[in-house]
Parts: sequence; structure tokens; C-alpha cells
Amino acid sequence: MDWFLSGLLLVVAATSLPATAAEPVKPELRRSGADFMGASTQAMQRDDSLNPGMLWVKDGEALWQRAPDNGARSCAGCHNAAPVSMRGVSARYPAFDAALQRPIDLAERINLCRQRHQQSPPFKFESAELLGLQTYLAFQSRGMPIAAPADPRLKPFVERGRQRFEQRMGQLDLSCAQCHDKNAGGRLGSSQIPQAHPAGYPVYRLEWQGVGSLQRRLRNCTSGVRAESFAFGAIEMVELELFLNARAQGMPVEAPGVRP
Amino acid sequence: MTRALINAPAAARGGDVIEIRTLITHPMETGFRPGADGKTLPRNIIRRFTCQYNGEIVFTAELFSAVAANPFLSFHTVASKSGVILCTWEGDNGFSQSESVNITVVG
Repeated sequence: MDWFLSGLLLVVAATSLPATAAEPVKPELRRSGADFMGASTQAMQRDDSLNPGMLWVKDGEALWQRAPDNGARSCAGCHNAAPVSMRGVSARYPAFDAALQRPIDLAERINLCRQRHQQSPPFKFESAELLGLQTYLAFQSRGMPIAAPADPRLKPFVERGRQRFEQRMGQLDLSCAQCHDKNAGGRLGSSQIPQAHPAGYPVYRLEWQGVGSLQRRLRNCTSGVRAESFAFGAIEMVELELFLNARAQGMPVEAPGVRP
Repeated sequence: MTRALINAPAAARGGDVIEIRTLITHPMETGFRPGADGKTLPRNIIRRFTCQYNGEIVFTAELFSAVAANPFLSFHTVASKSGVILCTWEGDNGFSQSESVNITVVG
């Protein structure tokens, strides 16, 4: 009886609700979130003299040169000029860290570098300093294709990211895929639903009146479906970022993007 | 950390109309919004912007609570002589920030 009831419930669940595993967007039909914006917001992103994200780039540039108070070398002290040494780096993050035996994103890499090589405390997530450096580094990869590493050690993490993308969550019981694969291009209220490609991050969001990371955006979305958001830096976040990067493989980096 | 960006042509011909664009980091806290504790956050805005071209004021603006964070201002002037374009933002809590760029005028 029990197996029958649970079996029936499963059948009911499977037939009455739209399939959770929506078809992913075909590679040739992928569009950046910028394509879904109004013309004025697009112009703001395109023109560096209009793009407020450039303020964060400038901030990061200053931090890159500044040595920490403890006498350790600045970022530039080891890595030299970021436009040369950091070209293409952010396009391949998150990447696997051998010491931690797990993938880390660019923010964590910056903080690990600070701890390991500058013997300084890590910056807080979404602090002006960390966002400045993140934006400055992402800016060095602008125009380059997203190059998610083909590291076999990352595979299980990417797979978990994919599962989480397709898993329903929260009181609204929605998965990422239901909006961003199945209903991309449609509308949620007055705004168009983009395909959820991370190419522009960190972005300046007009709604935030500031720059924020991809993790902040993911937390926005998860609280939007009324799920408990993952903490900044949580492995679930990094797995999602990994999957999104693999999904956007080859799309050009736009950072710093501007979003409505 | 307050940063400002000024975009103006590095070189222009005498008599040319040039566009100057400025961006500055500032929260532009309106003075009307409640904070996390329910109390109204004190106003913290830029109130005045001035642009001087070789010491002469060519543009000023007054800003109020309805202006968004990180205000962007764009205006035009006539390139007359080589020199310095100096922008100053002043506001609440004694806020004052100046940035300048050089311009070379030929002909």
C-alpha cells in the first residue's frame, strides 16, 4: 500500500507540474543579459565614461598597487602589471585549489592570496575593497571568452551545480532552470527574464546603486523564490558559479556590466 | 574611498565645443529612508558641483535628495586655452572632493 501511494503521488507530481529539467538554451541561441536590457542601460554599459562600474575598477587599480600595512608586498609587487599578468584570469574562475581540495571563485582567490602571501586578514564579502579588486581583475578579461577550466577534479562540483540549478527550491518551489532555461525571454512582472549568463559580473546594478558580485545576485534570486539563501562563499554558491560558467563557455566577458 | 572620474578630451582645437563627463562615488543618502533599526538615516548628499577651467567657473550644479547614488554629470564648454579642468564636489558632513584633468588646446 505504502509503495503504491508513494508511487501514485510521484505520478501525480510528475504529470500535474511542468518538468523541472527544462531544455538548456542551445549554444547558438545564448544571449547575454545585456541583450535583454533597455537601450539606455546598454549604452551605459558600453561607454566607460558612463559606466559607474569604472569607479570600482579605479578603486581596484589603487588597491592593486597598495602594499598592506604589515610591510608585505602589494599585489603588483608579485604579479606586476595587472593588464598583462591578470589578462584572462577571471575568465577561468572558479578554479580548483589544490591546497583546499575544492573549487574557489575569484573573491576567495584574492582573499587566499591576501592570507597566504600578504599575511593580512581576508576582506569581507561584498566589501568595497574586495569588490574593487574583483571588478579590476574581471575588467582585465573584458572581451575574452569565458574559459571554464576542463579540470577533471572540478567535474563533480559542476555536476552538483547543474543539479542545484535544476532543483526546485523555496516556498515558490521554483528552480533556476524553470525561469532561466524554460521561460528566458518571458517576463516576470515588468522585467524580462534573461538566460542567466554570468559574463558581466561583478555588475553595477541600478537597483543596488552599486557594484555587487555574482553571489549577491544568486542570493537575490534564491530569496526571490523564498528559499533560504546560501551564505557568501558557501560551496553551494561556488558550484552554481562553476555550472553557470560552464554553461556560458565561450561568451565574452563584459565586466563591469550594468544591469537594471 | 571616494573616487571620481572625469572624462574630457585631452586635446581640442581652439573654439571647439567639448563635452565633460564626471562620475563620483557617493551614497547620496536621501535623509528620508529608514535604516535597519527603523530610524531615519541622516541625509548625506552632494549639494554642489563646480567646474573651473583655468580658474574660471564654467559650470555649476546644485544636487538634491532625489539624485541617485554615484551621480553622473555631463556638460559642455568651449575649449579656449590649454590648462586645467578642475571639478569640485561639496556636500553634507563637510564632504569635499576635487579632481582635475589637463587639456591641450591647439590653434
